[in-house]
Amino acid sequence: MNQMTNFTKGFFKENPVFVMLLGMCPALAVTNSAINGLGMGLATTFVLVMSNFVIALIKNLIPSKVRIPTFIVVIASFVTIVDLSMAGFVPALHEQLGIFIPLIVVNCVVLGRAEAFASKNTIGSSIIDGLGMGLGFALALTMLGAVREIFGNYSVFGYKFIQADGILVFILSPGAFIALGFLIALINQFTKKA
Amino acid sequence: MAKKESTFLNMFLTLLIVTAVSSLAASAVYNLTKGPIAEVARMKQQRAIEQVMPGFTSYDEVRVMPLNGKDSLSMFKGIKDGAEIGTAVNTYTYVGYSGLFKIMVGFDNEGKIINTEVLEQKETPGLGTKMALPPFKDQFVGRNLADFGKTGIQVSKDGGVIDAITAATITSRAFCDAVNRAYGAWEENKKDNK
Repeated sequence: MNQMTNFTKGFFKENPVFVMLLGMCPALAVTNSAINGLGMGLATTFVLVMSNFVIALIKNLIPSKVRIPTFIVVIASFVTIVDLSMAGFVPALHEQLGIFIPLIVVNCVVLGRAEAFASKNTIGSSIIDGLGMGLGFALALTMLGAVREIFGNYSVFGYKFIQADGILVFILSPGAFIALGFLIALINQFTKKA
Repeated sequence: MAKKESTFLNMFLTLLIVTAVSSLAASAVYNLTKGPIAEVARMKQQRAIEQVMPGFTSYDEVRVMPLNGKDSLSMFKGIKDGAEIGTAVNTYTYVGYSGLFKIMVGFDNEGKIINTEVLEQKETPGLGTKMALPPFKDQFVGRNLADFGKTGIQVSKDGGVIDAITAATITSRAFCDAVNRAYGAWEENKKDNK
């Protein structure tokens, strides 16, 4: 597989949220505004790239029976790093995302890429895969956040274009399911998947 | 790619090394971010105190155990030109729609509420979170809880004077509960000092 398709597959063809339906918990829970979606997506991207890198690096040293615990420990370390750094340097965003930052540990996108890709491929392509998947995840969450914010609060990235209360249901949890359903339908329409 | 054999010894050693390195990395980051995180918390507290008790130049912190709560409250006595101008109370309630939330309430020397500020909350976005906005919180400004006797300040549904936020009566009640707790602590403290 050449590196370009390796990178771009995360955006549409194998998008973790819209196509593989992985990582649904943060995708539904934190996307009540575009900025929250973007922040969550970028935090996950960092964890994905770093854990893919480390796992590709040590893959030949790990006995296969203990590979899953090893992956989880590696992932958990990077999540802790992200969590502490965000609490110190972007406190407002950290407060918004709350419990969902530590929960990146159990995000199946991260463990999924470690098991399915990084443990079988070279360091270089694992980093590119992590970056592509992570940015694809960030893109999906930002889109979902933007849609929910536009309808739910009449604003995009905090910029309010109609001075009124939005359609509240989009900000609440049911709105996440509705918006996600329509976005997946739309993407399937474009990719012509029957 | 030769998979490494899974013997007891190499599984043990692999997990030991991986967890040791991860712990070291996590503790290094903890030490790096400890300062900024504490600074963020301090700044936030400082800003909240300024909001509810404008014009102070320095403050003394006292901790008071409220009569009806499980945890002590922090009170900040604002001082300007050597005289006490008011007290900001960091108070909490357990009966919010999502359990605990924390607010800061400022009292002047007579016990009249100067202002309130939300510190930490997990209420429903777009409904309960409106407690931080003027239409609701301005109802408390200038009230002296001594006027309300034993029941404390209440929402109009319970026979009180505060109009609850539409579709967020539980949050509004909890807010009153937190304010009453703050006033109770303030009164106790006043008695003790006489």
